[in-house]
Amino acid sequence: MKTSRRDFIAKSGAAAAAMHDLAHAQEPHQEHDHEHSLVPSDPALRVKSLESLLVEKGLVDPAALDALVDTYEHKIGPRNGAQVVARAWVDSGFKKRLLADGTAAIAELGFGGRGGDYLQAVENTPTVHNIVVCTLCSCYPWAVLGLPPIWYKSAAYRSRAVIDPRGVLREFGLELPKDVEVRVHDSTAELRYLVLPERPAGTEKLKEEELAALVTRDAMIGVAKVPAPKPGGRA
Amino acid sequence: MNGVHDMGGMQDMGAVQREKNEPVFHQRWEGRVWGMMWLGSAWGKWNLDAMRHAIERIPPADYLRMSYYEKWLAALVDLVTGRGLVTRAELESGKPAAGSAKATPPVKAEGVPALIARGNPVKRDVAVAARFQVGQRVRGRNINPTTHTRLPRYARGKIGTVERDHGVFLLADSNAHFQGEKPQHLYSVRFAARELWGQQAAPHDSVYVNLWDDHLEPA
Repeated sequence: MKTSRRDFIAKSGAAAAAMHDLAHAQEPHQEHDHEHSLVPSDPALRVKSLESLLVEKGLVDPAALDALVDTYEHKIGPRNGAQVVARAWVDSGFKKRLLADGTAAIAELGFGGRGGDYLQAVENTPTVHNIVVCTLCSCYPWAVLGLPPIWYKSAAYRSRAVIDPRGVLREFGLELPKDVEVRVHDSTAELRYLVLPERPAGTEKLKEEELAALVTRDAMIGVAKVPAPKPGGRA
Repeated sequence: MNGVHDMGGMQDMGAVQREKNEPVFHQRWEGRVWGMMWLGSAWGKWNLDAMRHAIERIPPADYLRMSYYEKWLAALVDLVTGRGLVTRAELESGKPAAGSAKATPPVKAEGVPALIARGNPVKRDVAVAARFQVGQRVRGRNINPTTHTRLPRYARGKIGTVERDHGVFLLADSNAHFQGEKPQHLYSVRFAARELWGQQAAPHDSVYVNLWDDHLEPA
């Protein structure tokens, strides 16, 4: 009996280690990034081969690919959305237009196109909290937030945001009072959502650019609030 | 399709793992796959709905195991071969078939801003009567197609209220299969959290879902 019990423990230990490896493999890369990029992983080789085929056949222009990637790595990202939010905080006319027709309002700031063709802004207030998810895939307001982070596309977030939004928010460090109404927006069509967070207290004297610097991506997804500026610190 | 991709309401998927200072792409190949999917779609051989369905068709165990862009790679291979841009033999050899003519890419680097600006226009300016009115009570239809649908399982058979009528949009469910646009009204439907999940949900919380006429029936 002892032996089999030891066997069992050894086996479950190995299984746990395997589980750990598996879990680790799915974790976002951090300090190991450098090692990884020295040894091309299987998908890297397959993608390289596919790209050279598509380029050789004249199906895809590699310079266009460079330009597309560069645009979303450096130009289109959450700083766009932060400008929209800051403008809405300082300009009540803009805020009204944003809530009435998000697409037209972000166009005033030069934003739009892919992932923002049909934008709906939803306003957080002391009594209503909005949070955005795409349970079926990974729909996200590219035009104002860029491409989504891994957690937004994860099974954990997609599955739970609709059934347990308060539990998810708690993991993000946001505990909402019971009397606050939580509205979850599941992006099941081509409409995209931008959460207009509450303007934090103590920001009355800040300029629009300083306000924009306070606005976080997570607050515009609705999994966080915009933090108040640090006392004495610059925005 | 009642696939594993339809995750809303599933449990035991673990805690949400966040990464500080996350890059847009973690590996170079991820950006290449992402970009090829978009630029490749400029040939008009597939649309965004078909692309989503290609990802949904990945076998469930693989779907859960693969990283996000590994799924995109699988879907891209499926689309370029399945939609006739590339043959299996070309894919395996990595070389164009002998004697095949070289095409001209529809989007060059200078065309990228216009490509982004064009977006994915799926709203249609056609006169189609709305089957439901704002404020009306509706029920998510109890349908279980084996094909693409944007009606999540958790909303089927559940009663909600039409909050907004967004106008006429092409229907993703048929567009994904190249079976026509079937333009019809798209709504925001509000479902009370307790209608979806029972008494364990908070009394005033709700889930808003974008649903088309074909997904709804009067309640």
